[in-house]
Amino acid sequence: MKEKVNRLAVLTKGIIKENPNLVLLLGTCPTLATTSSAFNGMGMGIAATAVLICSNIVISLLAKIIPDKVRIPCYIVVIAGFVTLVQFIVQAFAEPLYNSLGVFLPLIVVNCIILGRAEMFANKNGVLDSALDGVGMGLGFTLSLTCIGAVREIIGNGTIFSGFFLGSEELVQKLTVSIPFISEHPMLIIALAPGGFFVYACAIAVVNKILASKGKKPRDFGCQGCALASMCQQEKCISELDGVTIEKKGVEA
Amino acid sequence: MAQWLSILIGMILVNNYVLAQFLGICPFLGVSKKLDSAIGMGVAVTFVMVLATAATWPIMQILNKFEIAYLQTIVFILVIAALVQFVEMVLKKFIPALHKSLGVYLPLITTNCAVLGVCINNIDAGYGYGLALINSLGAGVGFLLAMIIFSGMRQKLEGNTAVPAPFQGVPITMTTAAILSLAFMGFGGLV
Repeated sequence: MKEKVNRLAVLTKGIIKENPNLVLLLGTCPTLATTSSAFNGMGMGIAATAVLICSNIVISLLAKIIPDKVRIPCYIVVIAGFVTLVQFIVQAFAEPLYNSLGVFLPLIVVNCIILGRAEMFANKNGVLDSALDGVGMGLGFTLSLTCIGAVREIIGNGTIFSGFFLGSEELVQKLTVSIPFISEHPMLIIALAPGGFFVYACAIAVVNKILASKGKKPRDFGCQGCALASMCQQEKCISELDGVTIEKKGVEA
Repeated sequence: MAQWLSILIGMILVNNYVLAQFLGICPFLGVSKKLDSAIGMGVAVTFVMVLATAATWPIMQILNKFEIAYLQTIVFILVIAALVQFVEMVLKKFIPALHKSLGVYLPLITTNCAVLGVCINNIDAGYGYGLALINSLGAGVGFLLAMIIFSGMRQKLEGNTAVPAPFQGVPITMTTAAILSLAFMGFGGLV
């Protein structure tokens, strides 16, 4: 029974408590770049989730075989393989998404969430736990991308759910809801680059407010989330690394 | 020559990698607290970007020749990772002074999306070898410029108590980046 409760915690912690890009502050580039609309963000989230689940499973299976010294390159190869697979699938079944994500689809390879979960979770946990962790983290990532995308789309474009990436043009037209008043006077700046930074900042501020009400300290940009912290030679990382090992043990227990 | 210049200025000011295209946000926010580390990171990224383009562009021609262009992602990331390791070893052995100031940032650059991004963008844009190198140089200098400006702004933010509590720390940093990005939008239409 206790085991099950633990598994549930592994699955759900990624969604809110350790949300990868609102609490852990990982994967900021795709968060900012692909959230110009809700479905864009969702597509990016789903693609990254697929890669994350697959790579977590494979890496947890291979953890004992991969020599410790070359583990990071090995992880990158595994991840890159799955990214190529996802690229093919998206190009075949959702070409509009493939075009709008552009360079950020291959860039899932260097998404720190995926490498970070491989380094911090998958290589020292079982296959099932790693898969659940991938599902949870991926869901959290997808959820926050979709929310940020929805806010930017509503304010910046006056529509919601435009540009669905599967199905015909008619379906896309039918799904798109245009919001009265705002669609006549959209604040385009929110959909552009500065708006991305600003809406993301507001989302983090909201999360910080919630964390503060629970008596937790919000995170700063640091080395805790960085997948390469153990290889890094910056003094800051070395001094912070002790905290990471403690945290890692907390996850395992 | 005019084309070279327009690509260079376009990449530095108009299509700035960090502020307009959202590539390399992690180091931009993570390493910009102090001016000297911001400069170190910026120079290291510029260096690796140009070097990575110099290495990946010819490799892409080989991939195209054998019609295995779909291996681009895997091959590029491996080449970049190996290259960064190699550069670090060379610097350590032959130029220890440079290694001391830049070397600490090199392992982090392996998984920097700006480096992989510039290599892929060069191929997608169909640039020749020279233009690809210029494009990478522009992207790197643009990154360096954004890092330097932003680290200056962050030093002013340090210890500011007028910021509302939930916005302190990361959110205000991000908002500052939004304003800087807004300022860079003023360069739109320059090239």
